[in-house]
Amino acid sequence: MMGFPILTLITFLPVLGMIIILFLKKEQGNTIKYTTLAITAIQVVLAIILLTNYNYSAAGVYEERSFQFIEKFRWIEIGGISWLGTVKIDYFLGVDGLSMPMVLLTALISFIAAISSLNINHSLKGYFALFLLLDTGMMGVFVALDFFLFYIFWELMLLPMYFLIGIWGGPRKEYAAIKFFIYTLFGSIFILLVMIGLYFSATETLADGTKVFTFDLLQLMNSGNYTADGILSPLNPNNLRFVAYLALFVGFAIKIPMFPFHTWLPDAHVEAPTPISVILAGVLLKMGTYGILRISYPIFPDITRDLMWWIAIFGMVNIIYGAFVALAQKDFKKLIAYSSVSHMGYVLLGMASLTSTGVNGAIFQMFNHGTITAMLFLIVGVVYDRAHTRGLDDFGGLALQMPAYTGFVTVAFFATIGLPSMSGFISEALVFVGAFGVDSIRVITMISALGILLGAGYMLWTLQRIFFGPLNQKWATLKDIDSREYAMFIPLTIIIIFLGVYPSAMLDIMNTSVNTLVNFLHNNFTVSSISGL
Amino acid sequence: MTESVLSTLSLIILFLPLLGFTVVILLGKRFPKLYLFEVAILTIAFILSVVVMYSKLAYYLNSDIISSFNWITIGAAPLAGVINIELGIKIDNVTVIMLFVVNLISMLVHIFSIEYMHGDQRYTRYFANLGLFTFSMLGIVLTHNLLMMYIFWELVGLSSYLLIGHWYEKKSAADAAKKAFIVNRIGDIGMFIGILILFTHYKTFTFDTIFAQISQGNIPFNSEAWLTAAGILVFMGAVGKSAQFPLHVWLPDAMEGPTPVSALIHAATMVAAGVYLVTRIFVMLTADAMLVIAVVGAFTSLVAATIALTQNDIKKVLAYSTVSQLGYMIMSLGVGAYVFAFFHLVTHAFFKACLFLGAGSVIHAMHHEQDIRNMGGLRKKLPLTYATFLISTIAISGIPLTSGFLSKDGILAGTLAFGKLTGHWLIPIMGFTVAAMTAFYMFRLVIMTFHGEPRDHHKYDHAHESPWVMVGPLVVLAALSIFIWYTPNPLSPDAGWFMKEWVKTPSTVVPESSRFEFMQSASHETEVHGEVVHSPLYTETMHWAHYPAMGMSILLAGLGILFAFLFYQWKKINADNLATKIKPLYNFSLNKWYLDEAYDATAISGTLNFSKILSWFDNKIVDGAVNGAAWLGRFISSLSGLFDTFVVDGLVNFTAFFSGFIGLAFRKLQTGKVQTYIVFVVFAVIILLLFFKPF
Amino acid sequence: MAQVGLTHFLVVSSILFSLGIYGIITRKNAVMVLMGIELILNSANINFVAFSKYGNLGINGQIVALFVIVLAAAEAAIALAIVLNIYKTYANVNVDEIDHLKD
Repeated sequence: MMGFPILTLITFLPVLGMIIILFLKKEQGNTIKYTTLAITAIQVVLAIILLTNYNYSAAGVYEERSFQFIEKFRWIEIGGISWLGTVKIDYFLGVDGLSMPMVLLTALISFIAAISSLNINHSLKGYFALFLLLDTGMMGVFVALDFFLFYIFWELMLLPMYFLIGIWGGPRKEYAAIKFFIYTLFGSIFILLVMIGLYFSATETLADGTKVFTFDLLQLMNSGNYTADGILSPLNPNNLRFVAYLALFVGFAIKIPMFPFHTWLPDAHVEAPTPISVILAGVLLKMGTYGILRISYPIFPDITRDLMWWIAIFGMVNIIYGAFVALAQKDFKKLIAYSSVSHMGYVLLGMASLTSTGVNGAIFQMFNHGTITAMLFLIVGVVYDRAHTRGLDDFGGLALQMPAYTGFVTVAFFATIGLPSMSGFISEALVFVGAFGVDSIRVITMISALGILLGAGYMLWTLQRIFFGPLNQKWATLKDIDSREYAMFIPLTIIIIFLGVYPSAMLDIMNTSVNTLVNFLHNNFTVSSISGL
Repeated sequence: MTESVLSTLSLIILFLPLLGFTVVILLGKRFPKLYLFEVAILTIAFILSVVVMYSKLAYYLNSDIISSFNWITIGAAPLAGVINIELGIKIDNVTVIMLFVVNLISMLVHIFSIEYMHGDQRYTRYFANLGLFTFSMLGIVLTHNLLMMYIFWELVGLSSYLLIGHWYEKKSAADAAKKAFIVNRIGDIGMFIGILILFTHYKTFTFDTIFAQISQGNIPFNSEAWLTAAGILVFMGAVGKSAQFPLHVWLPDAMEGPTPVSALIHAATMVAAGVYLVTRIFVMLTADAMLVIAVVGAFTSLVAATIALTQNDIKKVLAYSTVSQLGYMIMSLGVGAYVFAFFHLVTHAFFKACLFLGAGSVIHAMHHEQDIRNMGGLRKKLPLTYATFLISTIAISGIPLTSGFLSKDGILAGTLAFGKLTGHWLIPIMGFTVAAMTAFYMFRLVIMTFHGEPRDHHKYDHAHESPWVMVGPLVVLAALSIFIWYTPNPLSPDAGWFMKEWVKTPSTVVPESSRFEFMQSASHETEVHGEVVHSPLYTETMHWAHYPAMGMSILLAGLGILFAFLFYQWKKINADNLATKIKPLYNFSLNKWYLDEAYDATAISGTLNFSKILSWFDNKIVDGAVNGAAWLGRFISSLSGLFDTFVVDGLVNFTAFFSGFIGLAFRKLQTGKVQTYIVFVVFAVIILLLFFKPF
Repeated sequence: MAQVGLTHFLVVSSILFSLGIYGIITRKNAVMVLMGIELILNSANINFVAFSKYGNLGINGQIVALFVIVLAAAEAAIALAIVLNIYKTYANVNVDEIDHLKD
């Protein structure tokens, strides 16, 4: 298996699908749909093949040789620019314990979203072509190990998202799409700046002994590679490293989304079509936290250690604030959007702990939030497709009318609440365990625990308002879920419960890497390690 | 029977109800008869639990059986050391007795429900949920660690949510279910933080490992305050589940669920879980934590008893009596009377299940009438229900020859001893007051329901004794409320095998400086399982307290019963007149101390309003800032657009305009007429001639 | 002043020239314009011949005058043909109104 470019395949397979679709005729709607479905299904199969060949004890993180399924070759090389030396950019893919769960998640959510897309009914060709392009962008972000490549994928996924919301969205789709696009682009600029700053700060020694500037993330994680006068070098006495960290953090935080950069999320979610909401919540939000873990943390361990308290504070604010605002929502989808804000707060809190338990919990929470929130958005989609309203107060008694649907809703809601035996509990518990273990953020953790209560509050209240009580006669004709919807819900339900009962299936994948990462964060870029250069 | 067989059997008992739940919930719609499968499964589980109890008590009386496995492996975590999270079960005497109690009552409730719930719209789902509930409760009983305790704790929350909200089309039922879950969650957060404290310090959730560490003087963050805090926080979980003040408000509302569910929740499972949790962490409670627990328990029992005095709904009276009795158990644990607390948990489970199922039988007979003011005289119509109900009432009132007398007397003696040893006399005073009140309101209930003349003749005429499926469980439970099962001497529980052999107060592990003097830990050298661990002083005081407590409790219970008869049977005192005379007090009790209203006005509406404010803030300020930034961006861009249009482009346009203007001017000359041009030429020539003057 | 000299010729030719210019400018009728042109041409011829006699142009003046006469004849023929065609198309020969090329 090694040597076979499986990561390239899994990343660019959707582009292949997109090309096929572009050659199909507009009228071949079903062929287009099932091509997409097949492509995403193959992607899932590839992800499973990746998993079966995955070495659980290889760490990755900063060490190239313990990354897996590596593909690396020179992509762009421009020699002999007088003041620059050689510009080189690698095509460098690989996975480790941080990215493997995300690759699995992306494949899974894309597949589920493809099923959900089967009822898209206009401009099919454009929709599915963009959908697949989006898929490539997402997958690429999680497997890229070169900052430049990472950035390309990061931006690549923006464009299809813009059109998917802006064309197939709800009534205020243009506003939402532009807000999403501009906001994310705003963040990207920061990332770009920091990327360039880092490029001019660190060098990589090539095989022939020459030193060239590098975009290679792993080289950037090595404090020995920084030149003494590089602008973001730890040796440089200016405080630009701190500023760069903040800029990078803001770039990623917008995607998470972290308070106060979260307001694009409710709008984008409310206006996006169901499958796109699913992808948005299921995968896109994870890119922010993944970016922090993959880039901000190991490249700036010094600043990370200084700022962990602040990250925890923002995590807490996200949890509590998101939950409170969710409590006040009257729109089902908005409520779920704010619950996402709240739940991504747990990820931040777990990451802020800089402990193995906390970071394990954070990554696991990323995966679980991906599956659970995807299910929640699918749930909203089901009821919206039928009733064409999402007002929480417009319903009542749907449990009588749609019992199977209510069953899945109950599973998803209780998973959101963090009920034990479902995956969300494990990750939240690990986050709390990890964060509580750190003296400086213990109080923050205790306050964050309130989120558990508020979560139960808004979810159960929603359950009651929509599903319980006497049946609103207006909805006496609604049909229970059909086989397409079963096909979306059943896999997610199984995964949620399976990981709740047997979390090691996922935790073991990330565990070695997380331990390595945490160790790295605590011991690198320290005063002693830098002065020892 | 080897240990592994025993633990395997316990696991089978644990997972049988889950199997029942899964099968019935998935296939119930297609095979409506599957509820019988669920009943059969519970019967098997019950039989197995009898086997397990017998083998444990007969062969492994003094040794615990533990089996566990690694559930989550973090491995060697940097800076934190090896973290492995274990799941496992521990089978000791308390466990097997609880297994027996839970399975017995669950089985009886299942059987009872066959008839009671007959014709319900979601009949099979109801049974499935009962199975889930039993599974969750058994998990709590069997666990050997805090994490699993929490997991099953929450699952109990879920299943109670499903069961209380079984008739979810009724708004009140859905409300009650939600309330139960959320109020429980409040306690659970405390419990969770308590668990976090312990785990952070000990890197394990396992009870025994934690206790062993504490007994070696290794306490959380080297501070006894943290140990106290951990104890109280974990106890908060019990405050929620066991409906202790101030979180007891969910329990009376939970009466919205079907009556057999009330029996299950309020007798043997959910509410017992809280008490069971405290028995599990009993050894790590510091003196301060115990005092808090004792006060909370005593106060709860008093509050609930005062409320129960005036309630008119048959189930509400029983609900408050449950809260009150749970307060007793918690108080008992707080004063160190561990054995009596657990004993009361068991006896109470039986007679309270009997009372609830009896109430169910009455409600069934009265076609879902629950107001005791519309009942009366039912003893002629429902003789068996009456008899069993009466026996249970006598038991709960603490009259000799019943199980309730034994356990209650023990608790009261414990409080009395506690008062003498520590000077906290208020606790025994509250305890004895509650004893009198309990007797009063329980007999009020019996008299109003079964004695006198029927007040609603229509319903009375249609009432009839329930079938054997329902009465059978009542008889079994009433029989278990007699003393003989627990001790040969009806006046002294100490003589019984229950007290003497099976359950013993475990030795405390708390450092000497932070425990009550009378609490003693087995010294390390002589630590033998189940050794009597109270100091001689405590034993002596308990002996001193035994007879006064017994005498007083009999006297007070008798007085309570006497007054109940005076008020409601013989009508010597007019209850209504009295009620109008002490109107404020009466209303205070009738309206449950206005606690629901107070919570509504403060916590709930406070939270909702705060959420609205934050939502406004989010919408207007945070999003407003974003939109403002966008507006500003657009404004600046429109400014620069104006500049572009008028200045930069203006120059360009001006050039064009200027040439255009010139063109316009000269255009006049371009008439396209040859004549005009000739005129120009002629004039031009003339001008040239004049100018150059060639001549 | 009894003898006719160069000045007299020039005066006559000037008068003719002026008349020609006047005719071209003021007349709307294309034929009249043509006649004006003929007048101008002939005034030039007179000049040429006069300078051939009194000046130092010699025989060349006569020759050029002859050329001009020939050209004028040809020009008149073509111009009249055009005017005739214009008349056929527009039913008038007013030069102010025949301005379609302007658009």
